[in-house]
Amino acid sequence: MLSQIVSALIVMVVGVFAAAAYFYLTNRVLDLALPDKGDVVAASRNLRIRAMIRPWLFLGPAILLLTIYLVYPVIATLILSLYGRDAQEFVGVSNYIWAVNDAGFRQSIFNNILWLAIVPAACTFFGLVIAVMTDRLMWGNFAKSLVFMPMAISFVGASVIWKFIYDYRGEGQIQIGILNAIVQYFGGQPEVWLAIPFWNNIFLMIILIWIQTGFAMVILSAALRGIPEETIEAAVIDGASGWQIFWKIMVPQIWGTIATVWTTITILVLKVFDIVLTMTNGQWNTEVLANLMFGWMFQGGGDSGRSAAIAVVLMLAVTPIMIWNIRRANEEMKGR
Amino acid sequence: MSIGKSLARIGLPRLIVNITVLFVVALWVMPTLGIFVSSFRDKDQLAVSGWWTAFSSSERNEAGRLAGLDKMKQEGPLYVISGNVLDGKGGTVKAFGTKAVAPRAYKPDAEADLGDGIKLTINSDGSYRYTSTAPFTEDNTSRRIYLAVATPPVFTLTNYKNVLTGEGIGQSFVNSLTVAIPATVIPILVAAFAAYALSWMSFKGRTLLLAAVVGLIVVPLQMSLIPLLRLYNDVGTFLGVPSKTYAGIWLAHTAFGLPLAIYLLRNYIVGLPKEIIESARVDGAGDFEIFTKIVLPLSFPALASFAIFQFLWVWNDLLVAMVFLGTEKDKLVLTGALNALLGSRGGNWEILSASAFVSILVPLLVFFSLQRYLVRGLLAGSVKGG
Repeated sequence: MLSQIVSALIVMVVGVFAAAAYFYLTNRVLDLALPDKGDVVAASRNLRIRAMIRPWLFLGPAILLLTIYLVYPVIATLILSLYGRDAQEFVGVSNYIWAVNDAGFRQSIFNNILWLAIVPAACTFFGLVIAVMTDRLMWGNFAKSLVFMPMAISFVGASVIWKFIYDYRGEGQIQIGILNAIVQYFGGQPEVWLAIPFWNNIFLMIILIWIQTGFAMVILSAALRGIPEETIEAAVIDGASGWQIFWKIMVPQIWGTIATVWTTITILVLKVFDIVLTMTNGQWNTEVLANLMFGWMFQGGGDSGRSAAIAVVLMLAVTPIMIWNIRRANEEMKGR
Repeated sequence: MSIGKSLARIGLPRLIVNITVLFVVALWVMPTLGIFVSSFRDKDQLAVSGWWTAFSSSERNEAGRLAGLDKMKQEGPLYVISGNVLDGKGGTVKAFGTKAVAPRAYKPDAEADLGDGIKLTINSDGSYRYTSTAPFTEDNTSRRIYLAVATPPVFTLTNYKNVLTGEGIGQSFVNSLTVAIPATVIPILVAAFAAYALSWMSFKGRTLLLAAVVGLIVVPLQMSLIPLLRLYNDVGTFLGVPSKTYAGIWLAHTAFGLPLAIYLLRNYIVGLPKEIIESARVDGAGDFEIFTKIVLPLSFPALASFAIFQFLWVWNDLLVAMVFLGTEKDKLVLTGALNALLGSRGGNWEILSASAFVSILVPLLVFFSLQRYLVRGLLAGSVKGG
């Protein structure tokens, strides 16, 4: 066991050393191969060529890794989605036709839309409300820190935590899940929450909302602090109520941040996988695309065609946000 | 000062805000607290009572029998059977009864008259005295009794001991560290060089490359899995090595973390004061020196932010680990082990809660000690979708 950690540490050191060595040596070789010596013409030509090559030395490892692990796979997945289960025969769009007619896929699309409609909105709303409420509290930072804490917990860990909350014991027994205990305390019937179709989706979403509200809160809280005091003071002098100040003065000024938070959580929601896998594994109509895709990757020996087709659908869903992000980043860069 | 006055001083709206926030915080902390408290509870208590009752004695109902005819003794005019109903199991008798319909009919430490000259005393500690004026017969010995037994709260580290050794969580902890440490450190240097090139060196295609990096941040991992799995298998077969290795997952995590890393670091490095870098250039420093001697030390806050991000991401990841490291028991990382336990030990909350807490312990420590950097990173890179 200890030797495993030691070897990990060694790898870390070797990895960092190798990376450092790569950058140092390639830069050195470049300087030696194209020196500043000789006549003025040659020296300035060398300088120019060095300035042309050096950025690519700096970027080389990153570009190589990104190409192998992200760019190539995206293209390969697109192609694989047009092939059969073993990637041997070309089947055209029949994987997509299968998907459209498959009950599991349709269920996943429906559920994903449900997740998209609820989770980003709920996280942003709760995040904003908590950010506003904690803003002027003496113990506001402490409160925020505790709401933010679930961000550090893995989806699997959160699933265990919430499965305990949803735990079910037969009727009349002592409930050790707090939700059923509360229900029973008020005279209700204990329920197997995760097996109630449709509503069980909501119970899964609550987990993600619990994790992500802190993220929304932190970002929105920073944005709220950035609002110029004068605008609020002016509104107060004009006799605006707290409610009006919030909706008409504060929210419009942080609109951009709200959009960022919303899209970030949207992307996360599209990729939600761990929660569904560990809580229900898609049973009782809780399947989502990412888990369906994972299932087709391995079950029954795996079907790379269908699995790839589902991944492509996910990619398509992300694409609008991707384009929006790139546009926004480009505008920001022009400002610099 | 009256309540009304002090209320007026604080202001009712402020009070409402305080109480609401208190409620929200309680709601947010409660789930984690439940697992935390449960992981220290005695296995048997955990199974029969809610964790919110952990600090009070828990009461359970039991059925037992008094001893048989062979234990009968004669004391003067009385025939006596005595013993202990708790059999040394611990706890306190709160009530007892002799009929299933009235299991709490009698209080302990007092004589209960069962009729026909038969009396039963059960003390709180479980010892009992069963007396009769006439000799006992087969019919009224080995009598069935019902007990309400309260046990004091028991807290123990046994659950942790069990999961760390017996359930393989210890091994998984080591595996998680093995995956997370190199996968956090290696991308930093690669990303930092790239970020410097993208901010302070001019070359053709810079804007395009930056746009590509921003775009790659949100590409779903799912798009990468199938081709990479095939690639790993091919490379493994070609080189004659296993396809699921730590080296493989380090590289995968490194690459998947790079877009965000480059974006975050670039945003920071591009904002460094231009004068410092220009004057270093004038003094004849090359890009390599500028980067290592000026940019890297100045970028420490951004590097720390990213390192925390990446560490939490890698430590908490399940998908990449399942695909690139596999699901064999000795290779499971903590998230994978937890997922497996949810399947095999679904109802054993003493195991699940302790395992879950082991798995979230390190991220929580990182979170609470380095929250500042985490927040800064979030604010700088909120384009990333997890």
